[in-house]
Amino acid sequence: MSDAPDSALPNPAPAAEPVLAFDNVSFDFGDTAVLEKVSFTVAAGETRILLGPTGVGKSVLLKLANGLLRPTLGSICLFGQEISHMSEERLFALRTRTGMVFQEGALFDSLSVRDNVGFQLIQEQVADDEIDRRVREELRFVELEETFDLFPGSLSGGMKRRVAIARALIHQPELLLYDSPTGGLDPVTSTTIIELIVKQRDVCHTPSLLVTHRLQDAFMLSTHRFDPALGRMVPLPQGETDPKTTYLMLENGRLIFDGSLHELLRSQNQYVRNFLR
Amino acid sequence: MAIETLDRTAKRLVLTVQDYSLFAYRALTNLFRPPIYWPDFLIQADIIGFGSLSIVILAGISTGGVLALQSAATLSAFGAAAITGRFVSLTMIRELGPVLTGIMVSGRNASSMASELGSMVVTEQIDAMRALGVDPVRKLVTPRIYSTIVMLFFLTIVADACGIIGGALVTVFMNHQNGMQYLDMAWEHLRYPDIIQGLVKPLFFGYILSSIGCFYGMRTTGGTEGVGHSTIQAVVTASVLIIFVDFLATQVMLSLFPSL
Repeated sequence: MSDAPDSALPNPAPAAEPVLAFDNVSFDFGDTAVLEKVSFTVAAGETRILLGPTGVGKSVLLKLANGLLRPTLGSICLFGQEISHMSEERLFALRTRTGMVFQEGALFDSLSVRDNVGFQLIQEQVADDEIDRRVREELRFVELEETFDLFPGSLSGGMKRRVAIARALIHQPELLLYDSPTGGLDPVTSTTIIELIVKQRDVCHTPSLLVTHRLQDAFMLSTHRFDPALGRMVPLPQGETDPKTTYLMLENGRLIFDGSLHELLRSQNQYVRNFLR
Repeated sequence: MAIETLDRTAKRLVLTVQDYSLFAYRALTNLFRPPIYWPDFLIQADIIGFGSLSIVILAGISTGGVLALQSAATLSAFGAAAITGRFVSLTMIRELGPVLTGIMVSGRNASSMASELGSMVVTEQIDAMRALGVDPVRKLVTPRIYSTIVMLFFLTIVADACGIIGGALVTVFMNHQNGMQYLDMAWEHLRYPDIIQGLVKPLFFGYILSSIGCFYGMRTTGGTEGVGHSTIQAVVTASVLIIFVDFLATQVMLSLFPSL
């Protein structure tokens, strides 16, 4: 990485082409620089957790990842295709291969849960029976099958996030982008959301990039796995962490850390240490 | 300092016009490339057309009635009260029907488009739609624009008819004149160029009010306050543009049909 992140050992280069690659990406809103020369990759099967305090550019980075925003400088490769200058028309096709969960869920409030979750399938004119079946399947995954006919207005904050996760998963994405999926939720609901993310990671092995400022949630992703036999998330043995779950940290738009949980905890960088306190 | 402000404002204005032109062109040409979301066209046609019917009928009847009241008083001074019907029908069909309908529909629908789309922008629903691989301009804007153009055309016909009926009611029940004579005058002096002029204008007005409403909605920033700001801008800009374009369209029509 160009900015020499605080990492004891560099991540081993992925054998296959990365699903997502940022190369010296900078972004600004007019005179305000948001990201500066950010470089990292997300490999197949990898879960990358982007840490940083509020307003540091995490959500912007996530929107850059699937072309919702364009970088000022640098290049972004999604599924091996350079998207920095790709036309919006071509990006629409590429985005159907990703799933994104927005900060507040961003559910379409005039549509029912069924139509929200099945939105992509409806646009592709899939048969109604098939849409119903797949929507129910995804709602079952997030344990919200009973909300099928409800509207987002009648759901709690946590339920909205879970419906948003179901919507992101219905097209079987090849990359998942989570924008603060537990932000503003109580600890119990946050754990439910994290459990869903762990379940998705361990059952489907979908690569993902997750943005959060909550350390407890971030660490839980490394220290837990989904047990299919028990049907719930269980802690890994003491001292073990998920090897495919790694961390990035932003400070004022610059990437200052890229590494595993152990490296993060041993980091000597003052900013990282302050953040972990 | 003043020059700098002027310079900045002028640049912003030019940039806005450029953005609007590209946006409106893209929204219009989306109809010629798939995917086309036909069900959304029907839903919007119902919301815009049927939803605006009551205000258009009310505005049409009232305007026709007022025209008959005002004109009869003046015309009778010249012994020409009998041509009230001609006056009302020509004024309604050529001018007031299209303009009033445009402004009424603009107040109702340009505002609703701006606020609805603006709310979707600030709650990231537009970004969510893009992230799901669906073009929000194609899905949300194009159906609104074409539905407004088509429905404003028919709403204008309704407003024209209601205006003439309103004029007839005032003529018969308040001015105590002959109703048949009113209707004869209203019908006999109508020419095709009058009707063409009255029915071409709503096509432009529909395009203006819907594209402006959607444009301001889609570029909303600044949370709920921004939504309110976009709504105001949309209604004001659409109304002013309708009146300005009406002037231009009338000039063009008069040069195309000198007999008018």
